[in-house]
Amino acid sequence: MVKKATREAYGEALAQLVKQNPDIVVLDADLAGSTKTSEAKKVCPQRHFDMGIAESNMMGVAAGLAASGKIPFASSFAMFAAGRAYEQIRNAIGYPHLNVKICATHAGLSVGEDGATHQCNEDLALMRTIPGMCVLQPCDAQQTTQMIKAIARMDGPCYVRLSRMAVDAVYDENMPFTIGKGNVLQKGEKIAIVASGIMVQEALQAAKQLPFVPTIVDMHTIKPIDKALLCSLAKDHQLIVTAEEHSIIGGLGSAVAEVLAQQPHACALRMVGVFDVYGESGTPQDVLHKYGIDAKTIVNTILTQPFQ
Amino acid sequence: MKKEELQQLARQVRKDVLWEIFSAQSGHPGGSLSAADLGTVLFFDEMDITKENAQGQKRDRLVFSKGHAAPLLYALLCEKGLLEKDDLTTFRRINTRLQGHPNMNYIDGVDMSTGSLGQGISAAVGMALANRLDGNTHRIYALLGDGECQEGEVWEALMSAAHYQFDNLCVIIDHNGLQIDGKVDDVMKVDSLYDKAIAFGCHALQINGHDMDAIKTAFAQARQIQGKPTVIIADTIKGKGVSFMENEAGWHGKAPNATQFEQAIKDLGGDAQW
Repeated sequence: MVKKATREAYGEALAQLVKQNPDIVVLDADLAGSTKTSEAKKVCPQRHFDMGIAESNMMGVAAGLAASGKIPFASSFAMFAAGRAYEQIRNAIGYPHLNVKICATHAGLSVGEDGATHQCNEDLALMRTIPGMCVLQPCDAQQTTQMIKAIARMDGPCYVRLSRMAVDAVYDENMPFTIGKGNVLQKGEKIAIVASGIMVQEALQAAKQLPFVPTIVDMHTIKPIDKALLCSLAKDHQLIVTAEEHSIIGGLGSAVAEVLAQQPHACALRMVGVFDVYGESGTPQDVLHKYGIDAKTIVNTILTQPFQ
Repeated sequence: MKKEELQQLARQVRKDVLWEIFSAQSGHPGGSLSAADLGTVLFFDEMDITKENAQGQKRDRLVFSKGHAAPLLYALLCEKGLLEKDDLTTFRRINTRLQGHPNMNYIDGVDMSTGSLGQGISAAVGMALANRLDGNTHRIYALLGDGECQEGEVWEALMSAAHYQFDNLCVIIDHNGLQIDGKVDDVMKVDSLYDKAIAFGCHALQINGHDMDAIKTAFAQARQIQGKPTVIIADTIKGKGVSFMENEAGWHGKAPNATQFEQAIKDLGGDAQW
């Protein structure tokens, strides 16, 4: 099967939407070729605006567009969208709850060769703290398409976390997708792996290497997190393992922990993710392997637990 | 509107500002008073905002990028009939619509939530873009402080407004020369704002920000400029109209006590109408 990056699917989905919906305005910060908003520019150049290497202003302009009834899609790398422009997103977009869609690419370690300055492992944590912000992370191209269509329909600010690296398909065209509802990919016993983004594929790989069948959940919506699903997983399993290409501080693992710590069923939790360190240069595969963002680490995390 | 009428309105606006801040015992008088004449001309002569069209975008819009001058915005909205006099005493109090810095979702006529300096002007650029896309010929105004121009985002925004030739955008800089820590020239020099605005590709004007006729003329000129945004650098006096507040950085964000309030109202003509 052909691998495809979620950013590629984003570009294609946006190009379709921008043709259909005259309210959509696309903003980029000198990275249109990389974020793939260049696809939207090809079909609708009159509603694609390069704001230059000035992400803070881009977010403010997006806020002004949304305050005028437009549906702005603002893109850059995750580091510069969520990181550099955090306060603009918090105060100019989040506080007035404006209908801005922030679609950030090149998230996480899988950026690879560019190294630590560009490998944003903190964006979910940053965006999750903003009241009213919807935070999403697709795992494959098909889901990205559904997700981009869904956020164009919903009112309110969204942050979508996209990746540079091409990944295998998890879903076919008939996939269910609802914002806020995690997808149970397989039902198993004892252990549930709750993964997001590129770690969904790794979780599926890990499951093949385990001596039992684990439950696997694709938690594409980081906020609002699917509390009902998590509570039911906690009730039926001994251990939940979260898997994310993000710092374990503030990301999916933290979001799951916040729910589990406040529900009545005892269930252990272990996290696979980036352990409070910066990444480094290397091929995406080498970097992910070195920092334990892979199926092997999920398997080891599960097999070294005393819950077997 | 005639100069004398505008001056009379501006006096009332200044009294409203002081009343809000005195009631709350909190707020920013200095920069509200320095921009009061600019705001009065905008609301009562230049912009086409009315009580009836306050909702929506079929009118000129104003972003208070210097959001700490919220008392001025509320005073203007009050004199325009969009807020009641009683609302002014709720400024900065719990459960109020009159937040310490403006919230666009609470009050019709507040066009953007602001308060974090440098951000409002970017939103104004976005509004100018939206108007252009919609063929909406109404104008967008942004009011900034001169200290605010130390924020890099201001220059990102001007760069983008000039690049996209937003001649429907008019940026007004309340050039009172003072900021919290002292003189702008001492804290971090931003002048010449005029030369910088020109260098960034904008049309620029420098005027006396307390001369009603000069302000009106500047806005009229800005409307004629094509292919670039206009930046009006308005030379003002921080605390203007209140004897003991004028040119005192200490009155940036301090409320007057009862004696001071009485003196301030006296300075403004002594006919406070609440």
